[in-house]
Parts: sequence; structure tokens; C-alpha cells
Amino acid sequence: MRRSTPRLAGVALVMTAGLVLAGCSSKSTGGGGGGSTSGATGGSSASSSLSIQPLVQVDATGKKVAAAGGSTAADPAGDGSAKCSNISIGMAGALTGPNAALGTNILNGLKLAVDQHNKANAGCQVTVKQFDTEGDPQKATQVAPQIVSDTSVIGLLGPAFSGETKATGSIFNQAGLLSLTASATNPGLTTNGWNNFFRGLGNDNSQGGAIASYMKDTLGYKKVCVIQDDSDYGIGLATVVAKTLGSVAVSSCNAKVKTGDKDFSAAVQLVKDASPDAVYYGGYYAEAAPLLSQLRQGGVTAAFASGDGTNDPEFVKQAGDASKGAYLTCPCGPAPDKFAADYKAMFSVAPGVYSVEAYDLGTIMLKGIDKGITARGDLVKFVSSYDGAGLAKNYKWDSTGELASASTWVYQVK
Amino acid sequence: MSVLLLAGGHVLAGSMVSAFDIGALGRNFWALTVDGLTYGSIYALVAVGYTLVYGVLRLINFAHSEIFMFGMFGQYATLMLLGFSPSGNAYQQGTLMTIVYLLVAMVGGMAVAGGAAVGLERVAYRPLRRRGAPALVFLITAIGASFVLQEFVHFVLPKLTGGNLGGVNAQQPIRLVQATAQFHFGNATVNNVEIVIVVAALGLAFATDRFINATKFGRGIRAVAQDPVTATLMGVSRERVIMLTFLVGGLLAGAAGLLYTLRVPSGILYSGGFILGIKAFAAAVLGGIGNLRGALLGGLLLGVMELYGQALFGTEWRDVVAFVLLILVLMFRPTGILGESLGRARA
Repeated sequence: MRRSTPRLAGVALVMTAGLVLAGCSSKSTGGGGGGSTSGATGGSSASSSLSIQPLVQVDATGKKVAAAGGSTAADPAGDGSAKCSNISIGMAGALTGPNAALGTNILNGLKLAVDQHNKANAGCQVTVKQFDTEGDPQKATQVAPQIVSDTSVIGLLGPAFSGETKATGSIFNQAGLLSLTASATNPGLTTNGWNNFFRGLGNDNSQGGAIASYMKDTLGYKKVCVIQDDSDYGIGLATVVAKTLGSVAVSSCNAKVKTGDKDFSAAVQLVKDASPDAVYYGGYYAEAAPLLSQLRQGGVTAAFASGDGTNDPEFVKQAGDASKGAYLTCPCGPAPDKFAADYKAMFSVAPGVYSVEAYDLGTIMLKGIDKGITARGDLVKFVSSYDGAGLAKNYKWDSTGELASASTWVYQVK
Repeated sequence: MSVLLLAGGHVLAGSMVSAFDIGALGRNFWALTVDGLTYGSIYALVAVGYTLVYGVLRLINFAHSEIFMFGMFGQYATLMLLGFSPSGNAYQQGTLMTIVYLLVAMVGGMAVAGGAAVGLERVAYRPLRRRGAPALVFLITAIGASFVLQEFVHFVLPKLTGGNLGGVNAQQPIRLVQATAQFHFGNATVNNVEIVIVVAALGLAFATDRFINATKFGRGIRAVAQDPVTATLMGVSRERVIMLTFLVGGLLAGAAGLLYTLRVPSGILYSGGFILGIKAFAAAVLGGIGNLRGALLGGLLLGVMELYGQALFGTEWRDVVAFVLLILVLMFRPTGILGESLGRARA
């Protein structure tokens, strides 16, 4: 094997040559890249001109609803003459960990409402107390008693996720502490008999029903393939969609994929076989993006629709051009211009998903406080009989804590 | 009562029909075969890494799936260095330049993966060998190394590269090739990406086969696999052969990383090698672990059978089909389809 050394050196030389070639041609690409369709010089954020744009707001039957007037929306500032002392609003959700972005969106929305309230009402300074659950049900059950034992907290915005809400709901219910969620959408949460729990947005069922009716009635699709992943969320959503679509959903192309999968050849083949008008995917963007790219690569031109698990800028980044025209729903509303500007001025980032809902729900609690409410039970009563417009929609709850008329926003990648 | 039974029977019959769809397999046979061969040839390239290391060391290198993942990041980083930025559209550089860029990216991916494989061997396995650790310790180390490499890309790499590489989300794709249909074959449409993947993989597989079976280095590898003690007495450096083995496995995994990214552009993720690695390992066992040609055959077979199985039983049964196939083959041929190990196989 002694003679192998020069040969190994030869291999190394070839590799080095390859790398040198790589280095050299980097210069030529700078100019040549300009000729490419998207421009190689643009930064990663600017390189794709596509983004998720709001299209229409629909009710549970897919009918278009008029946007709640921004002018009539409740204003957290009130009339400026409120009197109160030592009152705070709690916020529970993921503020650290992998899902911190969502929790921060909600916290900031609340902070903005409280800030506008406090500036206008010198006699009533409300504080925000934040409780980090990391989005983890187990952590949340440890944090919940702290929230309950803090007597200055008369209302809670949260918990943010369905899992932690399910785990802690009975604790807050026993304490009679108002629990207003801006983001937990699991339909089962309002069936526990908690009389302190109110959901500030439509649940997964209303979202699925809305997009299914919208595809069937408004967009007029005759043949839809419903694909689902293996998560509770994806299965639940796809089931509602398929049920609402009825005979429009083609059962032969009802493919099931797994979270974590990246290759969907067999599913693509099933869809190709059925040649539908549209494909609905119940699941998250991590799978939706490669699925859609592979559908387009496989020559499927059918429209693509999915839920809030896919409604993420990351979806557009991953799927690229293939994502063009995709319909994505969310029970969360787009941020009005003034709100977005105020938000940006305060936190120097654009508002995210559920910021608007958090602001609206915070405003509702502040309205109660301005009325002189100091007891937890009174705030629960106030919210249960509340009826008024917010930035996103009209807020009025039924006896279970669901919105009386839940609306869904349809977004489109443009 | 009888009505109920009848109804039950009907439901059962109905679900059986939908659960066992011969028609879907027949209609899409050629399309599924093309897809399966494409994916299978990627399995095959990764499987070679498992099989070579097993042949020489009797070690199942579970960290090999992360070597593949490093290959994906390596080719991605190479493309970024070349001046490409992630974008929604495919770049159109012309056929010739695209091939050149692909080759350069492949060399980049191979260099990173090969380097990582050799580094892994140096850091994780060689110290254990020096101390004569039992086989179980190697196995645990392999699994541990797999986690370390994954979490490195998950948490450390984004800090080192200012968030450009690694992290919790997949890399935004750099698309060099827009898949366009080239020709029809039965009812299958064959696109350029599939041609590139299969041709490149077969070329590399052939080169590797020649390397192992017809060169001096290959003879050294086969000698150590066959009988390490005698091979050492005959003047073969065992340590060097082991390093070479890891290098070859790593290089092929790196090349597979590029080919995989062509097919699944948004697959470049810290955990992106895991499932594929397990499948490639299954492919290696299926063909006969320790056997180079077995790994290649096993990969292609597994890729195709997975898709046939999905068409027959439903798309959610992919992994079940793969592993049931593995169990069935092992029941009748416990050493895999081609059986013999690297050492005993005569070229």
C-alpha cells in the first residue's frame, strides 16, 4: 500500500482543482446570474416576489362577509376618565423555545392595547404580567397556579396553544379566572363545560367548513383531492373539509402522508390519476411545500388550498414559484394599516399572526376594567355578554365560549 | 340480524377493495417504476456507505444518515459560494453551465460529506478501536454521533454562519434545474431531473464497483474485510483501509445529497437525513449487508417496491411496505438477496 500515497495525493489534487474551479467561477456567476429569471443578486428575502396576501373574509358556509369596519372598532383608549388601581392582565403562552414567535406576537398585541389605554387614562394604569409556558402543556400546568395566586391578575389572555389550554383549563375554571385565547383552535376546548373560557377566533371546524364551501360554491370546483398528514390537526381539518365537500371530494385520491416525509411520488401519482380541479392539504408547511412542488413537477396544474398550518411565509420560501395562486386560510385576520404602523413603531417589527386578535381581546378586557370591574367573576360576566366590533371582526360569544359568528380569512399567494 | 351481517360484509368488502387497489398499480405501473428507480438510486448510493463500513469493521454506522445530510448542506453551501442565492424560481443558466454548476456542487457536497465521514471515524471510532472497545460500545457511539451531528446543524451551524445555514427550518431551495418532461415511456413521463439522478447514480455505482473490485485500494479493502489479521501480515495498513472505506462511503453520500436535493429541493434540513438513512440501511440489509452490489440492488428494489406498495395499499403504508419487504426477504434469505459479504465476494 506504500505506493498509494501519490495516488491519494492525486485524488486530493483533483478535489482541490475542483474547489479552485468553484472559486474562480464564483466571479463569473455574479454577472451571469443577472440573466436568470429571478436575479441572483437579490437577497434571500427579496429574491422571491411572492407573498401571502389577504383575499376575502368568509363565514362558515363560505359566503363572503363584509369586513368589520375599522372605524367602529373598539378603541382601548376609551374616554380617558377611567379610574382603577393595582390591576393587571395576564398573558400566558410560549415566549421562549421553538414556538416563541407566536407567543411574542400575542404578547405584543396585548402590550400595544394596554399602552394605548394607559396613555389615555392617567387614572388607570394597567400592567401586563407575562407568564412563559414555552407552549408546553407540562410547563403550563406548573405556571398556571402562579397566575391564579397573583390576585392583581383579573383576566388572562391565553393560553396560546390548544395542548396547554386543555391541560390548564380546569385550573383557571376553578379559580374563576377569565381565559381568553387568541390562538387555540382545537374544537374540543369549548366542550369541557368551562364557563370562563372564550375563544377569540374560529376553531378548526369552522376553518375547514369555510374553505370547503368556498372551493365548492364560490370557486366552483367539481373534483377535489383531499390529502392529509398524520397529525391531529391535519386529520381533523381534512376530515371536516372532505365532509363539507361531500361528493366533490374524490375518494380515490384521498392520499395520506406522514409528517417528516419529503418525497410524495405515490400521492402525486394518485392525484395525477384523478386529474382534479383542486387539491386540499390538511397539514403543516414543512410537508405542504415539497408536496406542492412535486405536484407541479409532476404536471398537476390543479389549484392548491390548505389551512393555517401552511399559512406561513416559510411555505412560500420553500415552494417558490409552485406556491403561486395557492389558497391558504386562517381564522386570524390581516392587520389593518394603522394597527400595523402603531405596532411597528412600538416593537420595530411587523405584526404577526394573532397580533390583531390579541389586541382586540386585550381591548375587551380593558373596556371591562374601565367600567370599574375589579373582581375576576365580574370580568367573566362582562365578556360573556360582550357584543362589539374589534379590528378583526365582531366579538360576541355563545354559551360555550365560541364566537357566535366565526369568520375565516382566505389568503392567496400572489 | 342477517341484514346487519350483510351490511357489515358489504362494508368490509368495500374497504377491502379500496385498501387493495390493483387498478392503481396497473394504471401507473411505469410512472411508479420511474419514480421508484429515481428514489431507489439515491437509496443505493447511501446504502453503499453502510455496507462498506460493515464489511470492513462489522459496524453499523448509524451516523451515516447525518453524513448524507452534511452532503446536502455541503452542496448548498457550495452553490451559495458560487453566487447563487435561494429563490423561488429555477435558475436558467443553459444546459452546459447547469451541468458544470451541478458537478461543482456535487464535488462540494462530496468533499464536505467525505471529510465529515473521515472526521467522524477519527474522532468517534478510532479511539474506541485503540482501546479495543466491545462492539456494543461502537453501536452506541454511532447513535450518539448521529445526534451530535444533527444538533450541530440544528443549533451551532446557524450561529457560525449568521443564520444562513442550518436551524430549525429547511434551507430555502436553490433550484438549478427546472423539471421538464423529456420523453414518455408507457404512461410515464420522464423528466430531466430523473434522468440526471439515475444516470449520475448508476455512473457512480459503476465507478465504485470498479474501484472496489479492480484497483489496488479495493483489493486492500476486500482483504481487510476478509481477514484483517492476515491482511495486516501481508502489508495492508488496516487503519488506512478503514479511513478509505469511510471516505468512499462519505463521498457517495455527498453525491447522493446533491441528487436528492434536485428531486426534493426543500429537503435540506438538520433532520432530513434520518428517514432516508434508515431506508438506505434497510436497502443495504435487503441486498446483503457487506455486499457492494447487494446494496445497489437493494436500494433500487426498495425504492420501486415502496411505490408499488403505496399504490396497492394506500400512501400511508410506505414505511410499512419497506420493512415488511425486508422481513420477508430475511425470512427466506437471512443474509439478504445477494448474501455474501464484501470479503468473500470474488470480483
